[in-house]
This record gives sequence, C-alpha cells and structure tokens, in this order.
Amino acid sequence: MPALPLDEAGKYVAGAYVVFVALILVYVAIIGAKIARIDREIGELASEDDE
Amino acid sequence: MYSKGLVPLAWATAVTITVALALVFFYAPLDADQGFVQKIFYVHVPMAIVALGGFVAGGVMAIKHLRSADRSWDVRSYVAIHISIILGFGVLATGAIWAKASWGHWWVWDEPVLVSFLVVVLLYCVYYPLRFSIEDPDRQARYSSVFAIAAGAFVPLNFIAVRLAEAYTHPRVLSQTGGDLPGEMRLTFLVALLGMTLLFVTLWKLELTAKNASMQLKKLRNRARVAA
Repeated sequence: MPALPLDEAGKYVAGAYVVFVALILVYVAIIGAKIARIDREIGELASEDDE
Repeated sequence: MYSKGLVPLAWATAVTITVALALVFFYAPLDADQGFVQKIFYVHVPMAIVALGGFVAGGVMAIKHLRSADRSWDVRSYVAIHISIILGFGVLATGAIWAKASWGHWWVWDEPVLVSFLVVVLLYCVYYPLRFSIEDPDRQARYSSVFAIAAGAFVPLNFIAVRLAEAYTHPRVLSQTGGDLPGEMRLTFLVALLGMTLLFVTLWKLELTAKNASMQLKKLRNRARVAA
C-alpha cells in the first residue's frame, strides 16, 4: 500500500500514542487509588491506637 | 523497601519519555516507504520488546523464588508479569492500528509475528486464573513460579521460531547486522526503548511498594486484633 497522506496518517499515529498514554494513566490511577486506600486505613489504625 | 529511589526513577522516566517523544516528532526523519504512519513504530516496538523482556524477567524471578523459598521473589515475578501483560495489550492495540494504517486490515492472521505475540499474551492470561484459584499461599506461589518459568522459557523459543518462519511480511527491526535503521531513526528508537524500560521498572517498583504496604497493613491489623 502507498504511504497515507499526513492528514489521514495523523489520526492513526495519534490513536496509537493515545492508547499507550491511556493505558499507563489508567494503571497509575488504579495503583494510586490503592495506595490512597492503604494510607487511609493506616490513619484509621493509628487513630484507633491513640484511643 | 521497594520505594527506595522511586521518585528519582519516576523523574528519569518522565524526562526520557519526553525526550523520546520530542525525537520521534521533531528529529527522526519520515520513513520513505510508510511516511508519517511509521511513527507508531517508536511506541509499538519498544513496548513489545519490554513486554517480552518482562515475561522473561518474571521467569528468572520465579527461579529465584523456587531456589530460595523467599516469597518476595514470587511477588516480584507476579508484578513483572502483570505489567508485561498490560504492555502486551498495548502492543496488540498499537499493532492493530499500525496494521490498519499500512496494510488496510486491523489484523492479519497469516503474519507470524502478530499471531505469535497474541499466543504469548493469551498464554500469560492463563497465569491469573491459575494463581488465584489456589488458596494456600505457599502452593499458590510455587505453582505460579513453575508457570512463570515454563512460560518465560517459551518466550525466547517463540521469538526464534518466528525468526525461522518463512513469511517475512512484518518489518525487521533488530537483525544480526544491527537493523536497517538510519542513524537518526536508530537513536530515536534507542531513546524510546530506554524510556519504555525505565517506565517498566518504575511501574514495577510502584506496584511492589503498594503490595508491600498492603501486606504490612494486614500484619498491623492482625497484631492490633491480637493485642485487643
């Protein structure tokens, strides 16, 4: 197949890079949420200990 | 213990990936054959190499677990495989986009590189049901390690088998003569590969930190329950 013109190729290139960035962002968000939950539970445990 | 050096590593990753993106879009020349679409190569191929490397690394860590009986190696192996599977799905998605742009089809079943990579990803998808169907933690770790070693050994075998296959419609990247990439493209590719490797290590350490914190919290809760 001949090379696609820039305006048509651009959407495919953008799509590939968006997939990569979205994958990493979703993963980091999930791990971030997990760390935030652990942090909150440690805080609860510490306050229980203080009481 | 896993969080040591995580922040500078994350910064190094962010800087390297930013430099790689700048090189991809402002430095690397357009491919004479594929044109602008070839820019997908700089995210797709490094991601594939790092994902396959991660699977092999998971196998090596599993060997360490079986040799030492130290469960922390099993957790390291699990996290390496987990991140590699995520990258593997990224490889399949970006590969499908690239295939559509350059071949006119989202998927080509008679292309050995594509199908063999799909086989590897599907093989590793079996890792989760295997691991989480076993309740006893020691058995779970042991069986998972055996799987990780067997599957990890399959990855380079699969790579060699594809190289020996006759149909070479998929572009070669790393040949014995060092590939056919011109200097600017090779530099850009190597920086992108470095960025992807750093990203893998950063995410691996991040998830291990979260897992370690979660285990420590569980221990603290048990201790508090006993004390009460």
